[in-house]
Parts: sequence; structure tokens; C-alpha cells
Amino acid sequence: MALDKNGIAKRIAKEVQDGYYVNLGIGIPTLVANYVRDDIEVEFQSENGVLGMGPFPFEGEEDADIINAGKQTITTLPGASFFDSAMSFSMIRGQHVHLTILGAMEVAENGDIANWKIPGRMVKGMGGAMDLVASAENIIVAMMHTNKAGESKLLKRCTLPLTGVGCVKKIVTNLAVLEVTNSGFKLLERAPGVSVEDIQKATEGTLIVEGDIPVMVIKN
Amino acid sequence: MINKQVSGVQEAIAGVANDMTCMFGGFGLSGIPENAIAALVKLGVKGLTCISNNAGVDDFGLGLLLHQHQIKKMVSSYVGENDEFERQMLSGELDVELIPQGTLAERCRAAQAGFPAVYTPAGFGTEVAEGKETREFDGKMYVLEHAFKADFAFVKAWKGDAAGNLIFKGTARNFNPNMCGAAKITVAEVEELVPVGELDPNQIHIPGIFVQRIFQGEKYEKRIEQRTVRKRD
Repeated sequence: MALDKNGIAKRIAKEVQDGYYVNLGIGIPTLVANYVRDDIEVEFQSENGVLGMGPFPFEGEEDADIINAGKQTITTLPGASFFDSAMSFSMIRGQHVHLTILGAMEVAENGDIANWKIPGRMVKGMGGAMDLVASAENIIVAMMHTNKAGESKLLKRCTLPLTGVGCVKKIVTNLAVLEVTNSGFKLLERAPGVSVEDIQKATEGTLIVEGDIPVMVIKN
Repeated sequence: MINKQVSGVQEAIAGVANDMTCMFGGFGLSGIPENAIAALVKLGVKGLTCISNNAGVDDFGLGLLLHQHQIKKMVSSYVGENDEFERQMLSGELDVELIPQGTLAERCRAAQAGFPAVYTPAGFGTEVAEGKETREFDGKMYVLEHAFKADFAFVKAWKGDAAGNLIFKGTARNFNPNMCGAAKITVAEVEELVPVGELDPNQIHIPGIFVQRIFQGEKYEKRIEQRTVRKRD
């Protein structure tokens, strides 16, 4: 059975390692924080200017001066710090943040990503996404394998305006875990109950299948 | 001590005229210069180019200036949390330049620090880089982004003193420190203006040299855009 959004988040959480500084985008990536092992030390960065983000505040303890990049009220954990926007993007551009997890509308087999603009629709802007994808060494895209119309989001070439070129390394979808290689999307794992054929059908870009493809191991 | 204190918001915004370029600190509605915005709405100045990460909401922040058709152009990284903005943008009344958030911060910082331009990897290969100089360094491509040129920077801090020294609070810091000294005149409004000497020099985020005018805001609404909470067990 294909994964739901929480399932995708759980699988990505396994990529988060001890000592990592991590930036989480809005949507599925935000859920990843809920599933990171509690025996490792990880700090979450939010690009509006906080490192060491904690959970939402208890009712009545919201502070307009303490929010995340989604403008949601948050708390901070011991060891947290606040900083200005230039310093925040110094952390990102300077590759001090180890892992960036973000959503996408399209990913191409050459690692291009499109996630900020649909021509003809109201454009809200790229926020920090272009800085993040242009700089991060380790980018994981969290998304559904197909869009609402059932069309593949893993393409030979992106059709939407790009956010960044050749930057995506790994993709975790509701169907599969894939790595971006020089010759296409290499299938690493499949979701429980999902066949290689199912993944092939849902992937417009080149899919590389080598040997038996293991099923994702996802624990709660 | 060089005294930067002005009598209030009216004196602080003196000199703002039609068609000027103004920077506004804040991220979403957090850390925005509420008093300066309100005074500019009253002043009725028009044709402004506004450099600000966001454009406020319909009835707060820069949305108030938009509502009065005082803004000609927005330079932002993320907009559209308000209907009037969308209407003006789609009808062509409002010009919008969207740029990456880190680039926005760095173009402010470059203006503050005396750099004419900086190379950034952000936006290379996208429409953001169209028409801009690009250059390869160590095998990676970068886009040349120019420092902003602005007439006024309106920032908001938590505490300050008459010397113009500023301390920010939480994530309300955001773009505010980067905009100090990035325009011809920097106007700082603070929640609390304390006597000179009271702020510990070790704790100051922005030294007064970057600020030309400072005043204590009359009141702060500090509206929350997305109130997210968890239940107590």
C-alpha cells in the first residue's frame, strides 16, 4: 500500500543522523520532526532566524516574537539561538546546515526541481527555497509520486519554472525512495505493497532498477 | 553620545516623499515597524517602492499601505497572504519583483556593508537569474546580485537607547538588523527606549552608528499570523 504523508515523513526521518542541523520546508517535511529518533541529537533550523526549534507552545503561551518560517507560533529548546536573516542564510549558503528536506511540484532526472510557480496562477514567491536548493549539499525531496491529476512528478525534464538546477539527491514519495544519478532515477526502495511496475507506471523520467528492490522499513 | 532620539513617529518619518524606495523590517507580521507604517498611511505618500520580505495581510502591516494604493512596487520573497495585494498585482496596478529570501537579506547587508554587489548561487538557472551576470567559481555557478539603494529603512527593535543602539527579541529580529544602515536614513522604532548607559554594550545587536532616528512606538499590536498550539497533557 502506498504511504500517506506521515509514512513519507517517517521514512525520511531515518535519514536524519546524530549531530545534524536540519532545515524543514512547509508541508510533509514539517512532519519529519515528529519521527526523528529520540536517542540522537538534532537541531532544526528555521530560515526566519532560529536554530533549536521546539514544538508548538501550549495554549496561552504563544509569543508573536517567536515563530517559524511558516509564520506559526513555536517554542525553542535549551541551546537554541536567534539570529538575523543574513546570518540565517549564511548557515544555509555556507553549507553549515547538513540536511534540507523540502516539497516539490516536479523533480527531473537531472536533479532539477520546480516548486515555486505555476504560470497563470497567483505566484506567492520562492521564499527561501532557491537559496536552500542552490546551496545544500544534501537535499531530500518529500512529495507524492503523482499530482492530483495522476500525472508523474518525476520527469525527464521539469515543465514548470525551476527553483534550482541539478540539486536534488534523493526523493521519498508515497511509492518509493529514489536517488538521482547521472543516468536517471535509481530505485532504492519501494513502499510496502507497491510493485516495481507500479513505480515504473508512475514515473515519467528514466527509472533505473537494479536487482531486487527492497521494501521500505518503517517503524513508528 | 550622539543623540538620535526624535520626538515621535511624525519627526521620524519627516522627509519621506512620493516615489521613494523604503525598506521595511519584519518577517510575516513579526518584527514589523507598526508605528512607522501607520504614520506613512496617514501621511498619504504615494508611489512607494517597498523592499520587505512580505507584504503584510489585508488589514495589517504593509497591507495598510497597499489598501490606500500607496505602493507602486513590492520587492519581496513571499507575498500574497492578502486579497488586495493579489487584486492589484493581477490588474497591473502593482509591480512585484520576487527574489530569493537569502538574496533579499544579502542585498540589504551589501548596502549596509559597502559592497556594490555579491555573488550568490541562489536562483542560478532559473528566471530569477535572467539578464544578470553569472560567473563560475570552483566549478559552481553564481549570480551577481546588486546592493539595494533605498531612501529610508524602517526597522523595529525590542529595546534601544538615544544613541541608536538596538536589541532585538526572538525571531522578530529577522531582516531588521540587515536593513540598519542600508538606506540613506534608518528609522528605528522600539518597544522600550531606555536611558543611555542602561544597555550592556556586550548585548547590543546593532550599534547606533547605523541608525539616524530612534523613537519609542506608542503601542504594539504584535499580531500573530498563524496561531499554532498544542494541548496540555
